[in-house]
Amino acid sequence: MSDRLSVTKTYKLYIGGKFPRSESGRSYPVSDAKGKFLANAAHASRKDVRDAVVAARKAFGGWSGATAYNRGQVLFRVAEVLEGRRDQFVSEVSACEGVPAKKAESLVDTAIDRWVWYAGWTDKIATVLGAANPVAGPYFSFTVPEPTGVVGVLAPQSSSLLGLVSVLAPVLATGSTAVVVSSAERPLPAITLSEVLATSDVPGGVANILTGRAAELGSWLASHGDVNALDPTGAAEADRAELAKAAAGTVKRVLSVPAEEPDWTAQPDIKRLRRYLEAKTVWHPLGV
Amino acid sequence: MPDSPFEYAPAPESRDIANLKPAYRPFINGEFVDGAGEPLKSINPATEEVLAEVSTASKSDVDTAVKAARRAYEKSWGKMPGAERAKYIFRLARLIQERARELAVLESLDNGKPIKESRDSDIPTAAAHFFYHAGWADKLDYAGYGPDPRPLGVAGQVIPWNFPLLMLAWKIAPALATGNTVVLKPAETTPLTALVFAEICQQAELPPGVVNILPGAGDIGAELVGHPDVNKIAFTGSTEVGKLIQRTVAGTPKKLTLELGGKAANVVFDDAPLDQAVEGIVNGIFFNQGHVCCAGSRLLVQESIVDEVLAKLRYRVSTLRIGDPLDKNTDIGAINSREQLTKIQELVDSGDTEGAQRWTSPCPVPERGFFFAPTVFSDVQQSMRIAREEIFGPVLSVLTFRTPEEAVTKANNTPYGLSAGIWTEKGSRILWMANQLRAGVVWANTFNRFDPAAPFGGYQESGFGREGGRTGLEAYLDV
Repeated sequence: MSDRLSVTKTYKLYIGGKFPRSESGRSYPVSDAKGKFLANAAHASRKDVRDAVVAARKAFGGWSGATAYNRGQVLFRVAEVLEGRRDQFVSEVSACEGVPAKKAESLVDTAIDRWVWYAGWTDKIATVLGAANPVAGPYFSFTVPEPTGVVGVLAPQSSSLLGLVSVLAPVLATGSTAVVVSSAERPLPAITLSEVLATSDVPGGVANILTGRAAELGSWLASHGDVNALDPTGAAEADRAELAKAAAGTVKRVLSVPAEEPDWTAQPDIKRLRRYLEAKTVWHPLGV
Repeated sequence: MPDSPFEYAPAPESRDIANLKPAYRPFINGEFVDGAGEPLKSINPATEEVLAEVSTASKSDVDTAVKAARRAYEKSWGKMPGAERAKYIFRLARLIQERARELAVLESLDNGKPIKESRDSDIPTAAAHFFYHAGWADKLDYAGYGPDPRPLGVAGQVIPWNFPLLMLAWKIAPALATGNTVVLKPAETTPLTALVFAEICQQAELPPGVVNILPGAGDIGAELVGHPDVNKIAFTGSTEVGKLIQRTVAGTPKKLTLELGGKAANVVFDDAPLDQAVEGIVNGIFFNQGHVCCAGSRLLVQESIVDEVLAKLRYRVSTLRIGDPLDKNTDIGAINSREQLTKIQELVDSGDTEGAQRWTSPCPVPERGFFFAPTVFSDVQQSMRIAREEIFGPVLSVLTFRTPEEAVTKANNTPYGLSAGIWTEKGSRILWMANQLRAGVVWANTFNRFDPAAPFGGYQESGFGREGGRTGLEAYLDV
């Protein structure tokens, strides 16, 4: 046995490109699948949610205004950095999900590939969903998809990395910005992902990751006046109706999600991208 | 009103063309039936005379209609080949065209809108919506939602009173094209053309139950929205009611689309073609008495030209003729109901109280009926109610800006996001503005253009979902 004592890490939130502790000062213990203590994670509060929404709104103009090519490059860069941290993710996924290393490797690889898949969509989605409208008159009319704004994401509770990537990457690919509440019991891969985001050209505030309880933080996201869409995937099924009701206060787009966590290893379609996009139709007269 | 060299003799359309009947009844399962609800009297808002008595649905009628729609969905419509569905919908389009004049007159009688608008805009566009969507029915594999996208089932639809038949077409045409069946509740004050449309469904030999029309008030709409056997809710109306509906539907598997209110900015730069811009401004706010969710109700004028624009605008507005909706010379018809007139009055009063400068067109206003003279407020501040709340009447609020960035900030300073207008000769600025504006429809050097091929719908609290185009089909497909 080595006589060297390892340096342990203090796990924090990721808001506006910075790593603050929770404003509340709270933390909660995180264990591995066998119940062994892993770390204390920051227990985000309502104020942290509000700070994260402010950061996400501030970042929205720049992120949505960036060229699709640029967003694709930035997101692909995330995949590159993910790849570099592969071993760390494998051990964290293995520990918190209680799956063997082989399985964890496969999950991490799929997560990295998923990120690459969504990165490639940034400059294709407008071609696929946009249109030149053949209107009955002397007008040029076209329709383009545009990001819906700030998206509140309650990340899947079970799939700590692949699930998280599958719900976060489509938000960012559309040009929307995100406030994510991680899996409560399995937050470590989410925290490591925020370190990846912080070091891979993603502007601060574009993705904000809070560790905490979906049951507590979800309602603040759902009722927040400056959140445009809500993904309730990580909420308990019993809480979803209340969240959707709260979301109605500002006519939020609420993702329709399956009752149980889906199989994230299945290849997704563009449904999640579509949900975070508005269609803008522009008209101009034709003439000389 | 300026001394006009033109005086027009009245040119009234004959109201006999409307084939007005003394009584109208709900349409359930292919038949006109007596509704068990309290009958209502639909009145002509231009004269306050009763047009007809309309039997309304009760809660049990809602259930009967949903059951009929479910049966029709399962037995015939849902499994019918798209090509056959298409032919039925083409029939509906053609029958609307054939009866266009009757429908236009009836619409103007019931709603109060000028005949020139119902005749040239509402009814032809309604027919166009059926024609456009009919063609989709057998081409859904190509709509971009994967092969063989499935319908949702029974669609419950609630529509407003501002474009009664056109909103019906926006709702029913895509629902039928995608294989859904429909229970539709027209607005309480404007049920008549919807019930003539029911006759058209009979003439088209549409299978019973595919389309059901239930006149009634808000409680019947609420019953329909809450009905457990309805798979999809489509609503056009106020943001306030939209939020209630979103709350009701929350936690259910029902799919929802909402087309809600708006407070559109119409932005005029100093290099705009001013005469065209003034026409666009007038069309943007005074079309359909301003009863338009995407009306250009906030005029943002570059400061350097505000006096010139206001002068031209006031002159032009003072030439608008307000009066008998059936007169072909009428530009502005009647406000749809006394209730709406009161709301407009209240908001206009708040403009006075909060210190905006009010100008009202000097045009003569009929003594009987619900009318409101075109009104333009200048010196409007963003904090005033008339700049924030939807007035839904012929009332324009004028604000100013100096830079394009300021115009964008002010235009986007609203919880709504349905539409916007831009007036400038500079193409690059148009495209830049169109990018910056958070609105579902942006009209540049034009306003209030609609087409079934062009998706329409809002950002933010103007609702979600689109109507029209390929995008609009999504609302009625399980994708």
